[in-house]
Amino acid sequence: MGTTSSNLVELRDLRVAFDGVQVLHGIDLDVARGEALGLVGESGCGKSVTWLAALGLLPGKASVSGSVKLEGRELVGGSRTVLESVRGSRIAMIFQDPSSSLNPVLRIGRQIAEALSVHRGLGGEAAKAEALRLIDMVGIPDARRRYDLYAHEFSGGQCQRLMIAMALAGEPDLLIADEPTTALDATIQAQILDLLIRLRAETGMATVFISHDLGAVSQVCERVCVMYAGRIVEEGSVEQLFSEPRHPYTRGLFDAIPRLDGGRERLIPIPGTVPNPKDLPEGCSFSPRCSRAVEACRNERPPLVSLDGGRKLACTRPVPVAAAAETLKSRIAEGLLQ
Amino acid sequence: MTPLIEARDLVRIYQIRRGLFGRPTPVRAVDGVSLSVMPGETLGIVGESGSGKSTLGRMLLGIDDAQEGSVRFQGQPMPARHTVEWRGLRAKMQLVFQDPLAALDRRVTIANQIAEPLEIHRLIPREHQGSRVTELMRAVGLREDQADRYPHELSGGQRQRAVIARALASRPKLLVCDEPVSALDVSIQAQVVNMMRDLQESNGIAMVFISHDLKVVRNIADRVAVMYLGRIVEEASSDAIFRAPQHPYTKALVSSVPIPGKPLEGRVILQGEPPNPAKRPSGCAFHPRCPLARDICRSVVPELLGIGEGRTAACHVVAGETTPVAA
Repeated sequence: MGTTSSNLVELRDLRVAFDGVQVLHGIDLDVARGEALGLVGESGCGKSVTWLAALGLLPGKASVSGSVKLEGRELVGGSRTVLESVRGSRIAMIFQDPSSSLNPVLRIGRQIAEALSVHRGLGGEAAKAEALRLIDMVGIPDARRRYDLYAHEFSGGQCQRLMIAMALAGEPDLLIADEPTTALDATIQAQILDLLIRLRAETGMATVFISHDLGAVSQVCERVCVMYAGRIVEEGSVEQLFSEPRHPYTRGLFDAIPRLDGGRERLIPIPGTVPNPKDLPEGCSFSPRCSRAVEACRNERPPLVSLDGGRKLACTRPVPVAAAAETLKSRIAEGLLQ
Repeated sequence: MTPLIEARDLVRIYQIRRGLFGRPTPVRAVDGVSLSVMPGETLGIVGESGSGKSTLGRMLLGIDDAQEGSVRFQGQPMPARHTVEWRGLRAKMQLVFQDPLAALDRRVTIANQIAEPLEIHRLIPREHQGSRVTELMRAVGLREDQADRYPHELSGGQRQRAVIARALASRPKLLVCDEPVSALDVSIQAQVVNMMRDLQESNGIAMVFISHDLKVVRNIADRVAVMYLGRIVEEASSDAIFRAPQHPYTKALVSSVPIPGKPLEGRVILQGEPPNPAKRPSGCAFHPRCPLARDICRSVVPELLGIGEGRTAACHVVAGETTPVAA
């Protein structure tokens, strides 16, 4: 990415440990103004922890080191006042389970109006008018009548829309959406993805979309980071990554997803399981599960290096470019023979 | 050939009380569902939350009573729940849930849990139990040294393997799987799906595979039934239904699955929320969200009719297009 000034957020060597167990091993990541970045990986890879750490939302037993800069201002170790001026008003976050993020005993309208008063100093009729505008903006029909309802009176998809409305209340520069559609039904998931795309186009806010669903990420994002065991292993534009994954883990994730438009071929799983953070393998963390691993992979951990076209890759034996399609075919054949 | 399991017009009504003093309102969770599964066949059931797919799965096993309709297993009527006959039959039909940690007893080792059905149904002499458990563990890809572990010592994928091993212990003819891989990571999900396909092929087990994940169902099912608010709205072979969905709801459902690398444009995005089963719309339950709805859809419930090639659909518009005589 370009110069310092064009980046909204810069993470440098961000590390997190829980009770002495390192779970995040030095993340370097830039988010440019208005861009849509995807973070992909399986459970426990650190994709959520990265942003919880950046916003100072981790519990006290977590030790965070490294640097998180929002337009040059350091957030790691920042005072409560600094963090509170950032959370919600500069960087907002929404989570997987919207109904547990909303206050069950407070009317929806008041919750959004409260966010407006905290972040923008609006009160009374002005707050109400703005809250109604936001509810309408996230696609909940009949905002005026539903202003006084409680969270349980809305469906899961609508609760997620309300969470998004509340996140928008502070007019943030960056919205972090942590698995926002995972708990929702397929048709509602499509609606929320559509909404996130539309809102980014309308407001120009940057979006970080955290998900294990490569399909959803490819629709919302321009750039994607793939994480494995607390590190970024591959980074690139959606087109690059999806047409030509170089890291065997990224390749493996694509191969493991059943296809809706294909036949009923045998799936190509990644063997083994995600390593325990307490007991990471020597060298490349993915090497025990990797079909391309050689001796060197087990001894030395490859650093994340920049390639052409803004791509980054941490792999000693990446999937060859031209052979990518060939590899897939032969791996399918292998899978059938097993 | 007789179907292994055959359900006719199943109805399940729950009474839901709205508010503290509200009158109980009947909710038709499953509303006249008929289906059959042949031996060795996999039937996928897809639908969104509240479509009644899990209730239907439990009714097939007789765990939930049907208020109306009947289930026949191997040509015989399903015995009443908790009778000796029903318990005996349960060895031939097993259930696998989404959450393996909830399905396993945390204080019992994996090997003992897998042996449990063998003891309950007194299937094999005690001295052969150990070898049968080892055989089952190997079949689902668990290592022998994991036999003495407790559920919390295994990963999510391994736990689900243990649950499946236990379900297979009594050599069932039918496996009802309710979202068995939904809680697993993509790479592990593929391992478990492949394993289930292998086990099914080698043992000739029939399977009812309930899931909201269309991609997995596409891969594992021979035939697929789509449910909406307690009814089957479309049924066809897995190949046909995903290549050319006919019912407008199936079309939207298939179209809503994000495909890596494909943009959102040109996809059918449904308006509105899935309706509340307690407030079932009149006529076709899908009509408030349907882009093709006509007057008749608001008043008359469409029947599940054959639309050729062994497919069925419950839609006035689809029926009108393909069989003008029936409309």
